[in-house]
Amino acid sequence: MSTDESQNLVTLSIDGREIKAKGGELLIEAAEKSGVFIPRFCYHNRLPQVGVCRMCLVEVKGPRGFSLQPSCYLPVSEGMEVITQSEKVKKAQDGVLEFLLINHPLDCPTCDKGGECPLQDQTLTYGPGESRFAEEKRHWEKPIAISELVFLDRERCIQCDRCTRFADVVAGDALIEFIGRGDHTEVNVFPDRPFSSYFSGNTVQICPVGALTAAPYRFKARPWDLSQVESSCMACSMGCRIMVQSSQNGLTRYLGLDSDSVNHGWLCDKGRFGFEAINSADRVTSPMIRKGDSFVETSWASALSLIGSKIVDAKASGDPSRIGIMLGSRLTNEDIYAWVKLAKGVIGTDSVDSQLGDGLRGEVIAALPRATVNEAVSAKAVLAFTGDIKEEIPVLFLRLREAIRNGRTKLVTVGTRSSSLDKLSEVSARVTPDQARLLAMEVTKDSSKFPEISAVLSKQGVGADGEGLVVLLGRENLAWDQSIVEAFALELSRSLPKAKFLITLRGSNFSGAVDLGGVPRLLPGRSSLETATPVLRQKWANLPAQGGRGAKEMFNAALRGELDLLFLVGSDPRQDYLDSELANSALDNVGFVVSVDTYLSRSSSSADLVLPAAAFAEKAGTTTNLEGRVFTVNQKVTSPGLCRPDWTIASEIALELEEDLGFGSAEDILDEIAEVSPLHWGLSWHRLTKSAALDGVVVPITATALSIRPRAMLDQISTPGIASVWNQGLPSSKTSYFDDGTIEEPGSASQPPAQASVASVEPIWPVAPVQPLGTMRLGYSRKLYGQGEHLMNSPHLSKLIVEAKCRISSKTAKELGAEMGDSLRVADKAGGESLFELEIDDSVGDGIVELIRGSFSNPGFSPVRSDEAVNYVKVERA
Amino acid sequence: MSTKIVTARVDIPNSHTLSVYLEQGGYQSLRKALLEMTPEAVQEEVTVSGMLGRGGAGFETGRKWSMLKQDLVRYLVVNGDESEPSTFKDHLLVENDPHQLVEGTLITAYAIGASRAFIYLRGEFALGLERVQSAINEAYAYGAIGRNIFGSGFSVDVVLQPGAGAYICGEETALIESLEGKRGFPRIKPPYFPAVIGLYGAPTIVNNVETMSNVPWIVKNGGRAFAAMGKGRSTGTRLFALSGDVMRPGNYELEMTSKTFRELIYDPDFGGGLKEGRSVKAVIPGGVSAPWIGPDNLDLPLGQDEVAQAGSMLGSGSIIVLDDHSCAVRAAWRITKFFNRESCGQCTPCREGSGWIEKIMHRIELGSGTESDLDLVLDACDNIAPGLTWPPQQTTICVLGPSIPSSVVSAIKMFRDEFMVHIKEEGCPFVH
Amino acid sequence: MSFFNPENLEKAQILVGLYPDKRSALIPLCHLAQSQHGHLSNEAMVEIAELVGVQPAEVYGTASFYDMLHTEEVGKYLVGVCTNVACLLSGGQELLEHASDVLGIPPGATTEDGKFTLEEVECVAHCDKAPCAQVNYRYFGPLTNGDFDQLVDDLKSDRLSDSVPPHGVLSRVFRDAPPMVPLEIIHQERRVMDEAKKARLAAQNPDAGGKQ
Repeated sequence: MSTDESQNLVTLSIDGREIKAKGGELLIEAAEKSGVFIPRFCYHNRLPQVGVCRMCLVEVKGPRGFSLQPSCYLPVSEGMEVITQSEKVKKAQDGVLEFLLINHPLDCPTCDKGGECPLQDQTLTYGPGESRFAEEKRHWEKPIAISELVFLDRERCIQCDRCTRFADVVAGDALIEFIGRGDHTEVNVFPDRPFSSYFSGNTVQICPVGALTAAPYRFKARPWDLSQVESSCMACSMGCRIMVQSSQNGLTRYLGLDSDSVNHGWLCDKGRFGFEAINSADRVTSPMIRKGDSFVETSWASALSLIGSKIVDAKASGDPSRIGIMLGSRLTNEDIYAWVKLAKGVIGTDSVDSQLGDGLRGEVIAALPRATVNEAVSAKAVLAFTGDIKEEIPVLFLRLREAIRNGRTKLVTVGTRSSSLDKLSEVSARVTPDQARLLAMEVTKDSSKFPEISAVLSKQGVGADGEGLVVLLGRENLAWDQSIVEAFALELSRSLPKAKFLITLRGSNFSGAVDLGGVPRLLPGRSSLETATPVLRQKWANLPAQGGRGAKEMFNAALRGELDLLFLVGSDPRQDYLDSELANSALDNVGFVVSVDTYLSRSSSSADLVLPAAAFAEKAGTTTNLEGRVFTVNQKVTSPGLCRPDWTIASEIALELEEDLGFGSAEDILDEIAEVSPLHWGLSWHRLTKSAALDGVVVPITATALSIRPRAMLDQISTPGIASVWNQGLPSSKTSYFDDGTIEEPGSASQPPAQASVASVEPIWPVAPVQPLGTMRLGYSRKLYGQGEHLMNSPHLSKLIVEAKCRISSKTAKELGAEMGDSLRVADKAGGESLFELEIDDSVGDGIVELIRGSFSNPGFSPVRSDEAVNYVKVERA
Repeated sequence: MSTKIVTARVDIPNSHTLSVYLEQGGYQSLRKALLEMTPEAVQEEVTVSGMLGRGGAGFETGRKWSMLKQDLVRYLVVNGDESEPSTFKDHLLVENDPHQLVEGTLITAYAIGASRAFIYLRGEFALGLERVQSAINEAYAYGAIGRNIFGSGFSVDVVLQPGAGAYICGEETALIESLEGKRGFPRIKPPYFPAVIGLYGAPTIVNNVETMSNVPWIVKNGGRAFAAMGKGRSTGTRLFALSGDVMRPGNYELEMTSKTFRELIYDPDFGGGLKEGRSVKAVIPGGVSAPWIGPDNLDLPLGQDEVAQAGSMLGSGSIIVLDDHSCAVRAAWRITKFFNRESCGQCTPCREGSGWIEKIMHRIELGSGTESDLDLVLDACDNIAPGLTWPPQQTTICVLGPSIPSSVVSAIKMFRDEFMVHIKEEGCPFVH
Repeated sequence: MSFFNPENLEKAQILVGLYPDKRSALIPLCHLAQSQHGHLSNEAMVEIAELVGVQPAEVYGTASFYDMLHTEEVGKYLVGVCTNVACLLSGGQELLEHASDVLGIPPGATTEDGKFTLEEVECVAHCDKAPCAQVNYRYFGPLTNGDFDQLVDDLKSDRLSDSVPPHGVLSRVFRDAPPMVPLEIIHQERRVMDEAKKARLAAQNPDAGGKQ
């Protein structure tokens, strides 16, 4: 504890025992940390308190003696005297519970919450033995669907305001509200407007009764049949901490855990309910080899041996770069390391990429000074030049929204498209590539160039060197080539050397891929081919002599007939590569395509050999989130059929080449990573599984990373029966809340890694083409629910996949002579076309048409061309 | 005849119009305040007057103003959400002397330096809304509201806000929520004392219509003249709204403490007594939140402290008389039903307790109660207001919760035998 | 298509402009919508939500808290009979039962011809006229059963249409005032006032001067 904190301590007495607490801290929390649990329903440490359930009343001494006060609303103060155990308190608790139960249906035997219900549990502990209520109970129609995902049983509701508060205050989606008054108050939606929040599942988790239930979990299991393991969500790059629960080897539910540095307990619905895809009956469960137009099952042995011979054949040409590997976002750090080692250490090809035209160059990411999420949300100002994070990294959006709402930071957005960030921004500047360049060079130097932005930055005290500024950097508009974003970032970092960058790419482990060499020209620890450490050279015998190809170059090589063998490891370029025209024709032209996949995706369906991979929750390992935080992911269920973890597949392929990658478990791999990568020095499985580090450790491990704060308190109501609760503040004999709160320093072998510098990477501004006559600028972005395999295989989430519409402003619509609902024909540069329904939206800039990536599947239509710096399309009424 | 302050003009034809108000010397106090007095001098007069708030809580008005946090932005809100059952004084004032209210509001806005003044009027007062809006419109045209009032350099706007039917919005923090366009959920005090964190989070003074209506008189005649009326803390006059089993129900403005309950009920100029041959069974003073008093207390003077000492409160100044032909059980049940219908639903004890107690009381009144129901209902009351003391212990956010038991506990305490008759005879013995 | 007609849309804009935070106009706008349409329709709530910058659910949640805002259709005449204590003592409960018989509907219901909705209401602050009833918030009392029958008869034949407008029309007087004084100007004025006051207080009490 720092001196600042200790100076702010007050002493109070609870039940006659003196405790110390932070001045101003709420009594209910201070008591809990000291081992005194005060029962509650409405109080949640991540929501503003409302003090309505009255369950947390305790006696507090005031000028007129002791009186009952809500401990969730009372800040502790010096000398405060509190009684939590008196007859008076007990009668109040008993009374509140009796009141709550008089209209509660007591249908526990058929309620999903039964067995983990705070109302049930607290009634047993603090409540009346039996009810004295002999009247008719209040009735409501039994569960009503308030969205595709959430059911509401109003009879069970105890009006604690948790769901409604969450929806309004945290998510900013006030789509559920209290309706009516008094004892006829119900929670409900506006007629015909479902609770279509991306965050709706959180309301189910924080509901203290069985009023809100999630469609994917309803009647699937009983709490006492569930077993669970802590893990990190890999639906996007945020890495939210979760509890993975299963029953009878089937995943049943994910619960959000409260990581103070990451997700504050919240999850997005895509992450929360994505487990359904893993249970899908359409999983690939056996190696399959192409025979004509179809696949036939084969054995692992013959599949591996075939691969071995294909590698040998390809290498025989003398050019190992005729072998390429594309890594997908499913992979753990250990998977990535194993495949990269196979490629760069055994086969000798550097043609490894983990981005499909929708990311940023690894060297650029590696060169930019990295900000953590906590640094971003407490920066003096945040400059966003990023894709819509509400659509791509939803929980980061919540963190940012909360920080802005509470005045901790201010946001400036720069870009071309309308976005959810606009509403949070002080300034939303629409820019052209030229303006972006000017902005990067001049923003703090010449305030006349971007007066509104400069005004915000200077008002917030951002230094002329960028001190206090965090840049959220991602692909704001997928119709702009990544080189523009890279040049912008490098230029900005040169003019503002103290500014830090949080890379807001969506792919779950893009950061681990960059850190572990899953991109061309980089090796584990972000070192270049030239700067490989001796220990790495020793372990990786066959390092490529020169840099290999990225995804785009691999495709172009394929078109030239120079790609003999391509591994798609959890990667689906036919669906995901931005220039689908290029991806499709290139893949048709690769000598032999091996797809390691969990489902038959578009790409694996047309592969030559498909290998079944273990999915999330079927393997252990680690993942790295967007800020460089490494966490554990854990196995909860066993894979179906013959699926194997991706890293084992790499190991076995190596064995076919008579090479031993040298590891037999994910733990072994992590140890090797820590040995060869300066960035990961000090990391070990043992360290990451200490309770203080369960929320992950930012690499490189520094002194600050070592003084890890205790894990956040868990709201016990929303994390029922979770073991960590016992470590994190439940009444117990534990003497200190801070137990196990540190991890020891890395060994003396530790040394800071050499940070690549922006000076070593030149910003190269591409030449933007002149806008062809008769075209419109294209705004191209993603929605949370797109057409990926994972969503398509989730029965409930698949219902939420967005319809393909195109959006233009009313002014632009007028010029086209088009109206809301009209059908528009959009044509790409090569003349490929697709029809879209028009939505008029004045948040879209004039002269721009906005399309959603993945919302259409016309193979001939590819609005983004990989050889264009800026893409234009033709739009006309159909 | 004692001095009338707030009802001095109510019987004059067209008393609600600007012309009549001006004929009667209207807006002279506002001129005096704005042109001759400093804000603190106006506040000092109100402090000297000792005027207690006329809404129900009876807090000293001058002291309330002095507690206003001196932020740059601060607001004045006038509480005209008169909804306490059997209280019907404010509607008289808003309908028949709206300019007096507007003038008092403007003077107060000046005294406290309000950025804007809002008059929140009960939505059901259709006529009152028309009268006050007309008065505001006339006052704007007359130059009494708006920019640079009477050339004083003081500007303020006054906005009339209609309620929409919710008793709880008479509670000042619920009223503020309602004025912010939300459900009328009372806020927790602390920290949400309006004088510190009120409307839009800014310091706010909330004063009752009758309180505001007294201000022009106080400015004109001085706080001392006001304080000279009444006794002790009960200064000035008060509007008593008398109803129930009396011959002449109505509003009577009386110098405080100058009359007793008995005089108000029986004086031919006031209540005019009861029906032939009947006697007072109980009196509910101060609104239905107050404990009842019995015939033995009829000689209490109508003063704040006097009624408080008898274990009840003067509250909103309403007085309901029950005679010996009226059923105490039925009256107590109906009051519980009122609280149940009007509970905002935030706090568990009030939301759930009010409904439960209402159901039991109704059962008893209809004849299907048992003796143990009496203990049950008292214990349920105790779980809302522990100890069943007066003033009550509060376990809910606002005082609606602890108001629920008042009538039930009073009725059971005073008329237990009557409850037993309902139970034993399986029905109400009174003729309705 | 706008819910509010042009005249009311203009009024709506004025209402929204009266407050430092436009959400404060929510309830006045609900009354305005009812005056146009007799009740608060979903379309009206959606438009009010847009006008004050909240979600329709928030308008619905707020409106449903208040007895006077009806999200379901009600009759042209909303008849409320008070049964609270003062009226109860004077026969309010019996008057309600009579009203129910005469109109042929239980409290809470609307007659088939859409003319009347009957409600049991809480105290309407006319206890000196107990038992009393309100029709579209215009008050009648004390009422005998015969008086009530006469009232219904008058309403049926529209003899009271001058004094009792159709349900939803609350105040027939709309704000007629110059534009609001901008708050920046008010705040400038107050700053000067507050400083002058501070100076006066300091002059009166030199010891405390400057200490605040």
